Amino acid sequence: MKVCITARGEGLTAEVDPTFGRAAYFTFIDTDTLGSDTPDVESVANVPGAHGAGVQAAQTVADKGATVVITGSVGPNAYQGLAAAGVEMYTGATGTVKQALDDFETGRLTRSGAATGARHGGGRGIQ
Amino acid sequence: MALLSEHKRVKAHVNVTQVVIMRITVASGKGGTGKTTVATNLAIAVSERLPVQFLDCDVEEPNAHIFLKPQIENSRSVGKLLPEVDEELCTRCGDCVRACEFNAIAIIGKKILVYNDLCHGCGLCKMVCPVGAISEHPHELGVIETGTAHGFSFARGLLNIGEAMSTPIIHEMKAMIDPQGLTIIDAPPGTGCPTIAAIKDADVAILVTEPTPFGLHDLQAAVGVARSVEVPVFVVINRDGIGDDRVEQYCEQEGIPIAMKIPFAREIATLYSRGIALVDGAPEWKERFQALYETVQGVV
Repeated sequence: MKVCITARGEGLTAEVDPTFGRAAYFTFIDTDTLGSDTPDVESVANVPGAHGAGVQAAQTVADKGATVVITGSVGPNAYQGLAAAGVEMYTGATGTVKQALDDFETGRLTRSGAATGARHGGGRGIQ
Repeated sequence: MALLSEHKRVKAHVNVTQVVIMRITVASGKGGTGKTTVATNLAIAVSERLPVQFLDCDVEEPNAHIFLKPQIENSRSVGKLLPEVDEELCTRCGDCVRACEFNAIAIIGKKILVYNDLCHGCGLCKMVCPVGAISEHPHELGVIETGTAHGFSFARGLLNIGEAMSTPIIHEMKAMIDPQGLTIIDAPPGTGCPTIAAIKDADVAILVTEPTPFGLHDLQAAVGVARSVEVPVFVVINRDGIGDDRVEQYCEQEGIPIAMKIPFAREIATLYSRGIALVDGAPEWKERFQALYETVQGVV
């Protein structure tokens, strides 16, 4: 299973980034390889544009083939994109990427059935 | 080259002697500082002397009509073009996704998602589509109402409820500017795209603030916006007498003229609460707002 965790830095020891669309990094982890000598962990820097960061991020995650996203919260635009890709979203993650993965695997994170974060921009601001 | 610079000098000279401020945008960073009070009173006061056009560009919550009491004569729809993708023709090549500056289109697997709120209606997706799968359809964002108030021309934009994008309405309103008179634009609050749209191309921005830490913080942001689009600024301090003197200190440091102070007074608040313009309810303010106009004229 390929999992995407939003992070403030690279690797498993970085802090979880609580935002999805404007996270600093997406860390993709193939959980089936974690016990092996060569775990498949890839940190991809996120370079969101001025507009539609959530859509862009959802596209990135979907293109990478992740089936689970673990983050702090997901806004409505990102939610719509991830839901279309059939990606399961688990929110409320804190601590390091490794801790968030453990929390996910032991069932301590909530699966979101709706967007959990406010949409950024688009309102009385960035257009 | 010498001829060219000579020409420029002559032109510059003409500008200095002949330019009259014809477009004033009244803006503020912070909401509720008194933009509409300043804009409406300025319009009424100056309309005795020259033709005035009033554009209420605070399209999310226009309220100048409360004080100007216009007769609305016309209303027209304003919109943007939204793309529609023919899923049969679309090859999922992703050219539109990569072209869109606003990330308004995503292709997730075989699914095509168009985010109407993010779309700016630029049409680039349609242009880059190699198979002609994208067509455009008009989508209403709001309306522009026009009429007359106090004997001058009045227009206000109204963003439809649920719409997020107000700038196309503001741009349409700016296209209505009559160069033969003075246009006063009541800008939306904040420092985002709608405010920038309302300030850009103005001859002068009057930034209304209050002498509080919040007022100062947002004034600094608004000054930054006006300077980024090279519009000279004047400050009007409303509710003068409350707070502290840091707004004045800031203006002095930055060399920004304070063109007017409106005191924090019961009489002014009472008139406001009754929807009566200051110049109508307290006539001594007419000369003060005419003087405000004279002051901003001094910028050239």
